[in-house]
Amino acid sequence: MTVAVATHGGERRGRHPLGARPEGEGSGSMSEQVVSREVVVGMRQGLHARPADLLAREARKWQSRIEFSNAAQRVDGKSILELLTLAAEAGTRLVVEATGPDAREALDAIGSLFDSNFNEQPDES
Amino acid sequence: MKFSDFVAVDAIRSHIDADSKEGVIREMAQSLVDAGSIAAGDLDGIVKAIMKREDLGSTGIGRGVAVPHTKHPSVRRLVGTVAVSHDGVDFKSLDGEPVQLFFLLVSPPDRPGDHLRALENISRQLRDDSFCKQLKSAKGPLEIQHLLEEADSHGVAS
Repeated sequence: MTVAVATHGGERRGRHPLGARPEGEGSGSMSEQVVSREVVVGMRQGLHARPADLLAREARKWQSRIEFSNAAQRVDGKSILELLTLAAEAGTRLVVEATGPDAREALDAIGSLFDSNFNEQPDES
Repeated sequence: MKFSDFVAVDAIRSHIDADSKEGVIREMAQSLVDAGSIAAGDLDGIVKAIMKREDLGSTGIGRGVAVPHTKHPSVRRLVGTVAVSHDGVDFKSLDGEPVQLFFLLVSPPDRPGDHLRALENISRQLRDDSFCKQLKSAKGPLEIQHLLEEADSHGVAS
């Protein structure tokens, strides 16, 4: 599984305490992290209404912008309606991209939903 | 998939009276019975199955739209209908909006792809705000039917 990480305006974010920002970072603006990874739709029924609902609910917990894309389009992960337009059948690969201050955590949370197949078979909830 | 591939035009309702989730679902399933799309003897079973699915999570998908659905062995192909409630019904949607526009789907258990493509068609078309508004304010079933036909003819076939 590939995880790509890129940060805008704060390559070594975290190493610099407040007031010692690396050169080039816009002063006053929060550093915007962009992370992405690939997920595979493992549910036998595909990304149907229930997982789309769970996905949008999870995405809405985070400040970051969450987007899903396939070869044809890119959609807002916080909208069930948009997610359903992907018509992602079982086995489909999608790229999730999170952009914002909590991008990394958001991507992890979304990744685990896919890793657990949205609890489709074993009911873990 | 197009609307005409699964919407039973005789079952379209432009003024639904029910004010509860189950009421709406029952009224729509009854309209499918009246249109001859599902058997009267399956009505209760189908309503129960759709409600059971709703218990797993609302099928309200935002923008005042819901897609109550179930798989049922009594249907050979995907059948569905459209209904509008002018007052709106609380469907516990993610965005908290009451639902005015309903697409009810009953699909054969072995055709998950068709179900997915029907959901895709519905959600893709409803991204168009004016289409959504026109459906919600349609004066009669025939107007809804025409709006769906128009959307089918513009839409990208998939």
